[in-house]
Amino acid sequence: MSRPTDTQPPAHDANRIAAALETLPHNAKLGIRMVELVPGHCTTYIEFRPELVGDPNRGVLHGGVVTTLVDATAGAAVYASIPRDTSLATLDMRIDYLKPALPDKRLYATAELYRLTRRIAFVRASAYQDNPENQVANCVASFMIGSLGYSMRTS
Amino acid sequence: MAASIHERGERDGVAAIHRELPYAGFIHMDVELEGGGPLTILRKDAGNVGNPFVPMIHGGAVGALLEHAALVQLFHELELPLERPPRIVNISIDYLRPCLLEDTFARGVIVRQGRRVANVRVEAWQSNRDKLVAAAHAHFLLPGE
Repeated sequence: MSRPTDTQPPAHDANRIAAALETLPHNAKLGIRMVELVPGHCTTYIEFRPELVGDPNRGVLHGGVVTTLVDATAGAAVYASIPRDTSLATLDMRIDYLKPALPDKRLYATAELYRLTRRIAFVRASAYQDNPENQVANCVASFMIGSLGYSMRTS
Repeated sequence: MAASIHERGERDGVAAIHRELPYAGFIHMDVELEGGGPLTILRKDAGNVGNPFVPMIHGGAVGALLEHAALVQLFHELELPLERPPRIVNISIDYLRPCLLEDTFARGVIVRQGRRVANVRVEAWQSNRDKLVAAAHAHFLLPGE
């Protein structure tokens, strides 16, 4: 009833969103790279850099790096599923840090849009290193669709 | 390095926490002692923009600010040594208003401190202290004896 239908404008072009994601200033600064984006699913990674360390005693990544990667990845999964030129805002995000994100390894994030209504998108996401079973963080987030002032222009 | 930030002098101590966390400098965060406690500031920096069309600060950078402000509050209030930082367990972030490309301020309050875990609430605002742009609560595991 509240899902986008055939009568609505076409969804965002996943390839354009993928390219846009990597070029947004803060994503580019952290070096976020797209692995795969299809409607409702997105996987990204970030290469280790010394500037991303938040605990110099152990060399582990700052939680803010995980937050940024997960937010970007979850947002992209939603963008790829909603009508073109629709804006999106993160409402809330809850992150459990399951283990430290170790230095000298890529940090991956994968997000799944598991419920989409006309106004709200619900996403779960995971951050991991080496392989998806080696989970560093677990996240749930919700997004508001069509809020004023937020949009990712991909064209 | 063994001295708590109080023993080192508060101003030096807060600066030291900051210096030794590379990511804080990378995204241009500052900590100032103001009104008797630390105030964490995410400086206006085009590199933190997540949406260039408005422009607005990336939600991840805002999350980092909130987490950092919570950590700084723990270091400050519990007089923790720098080499044994609290470890974040989880954080729940509410995004309340568009976070424009301006200086963004955050301050944490320790709601409950147990023997091993502390609960910290954090608020973030921009030009108007009464209009929060984001808020969070987080749990941290405290260093053992």
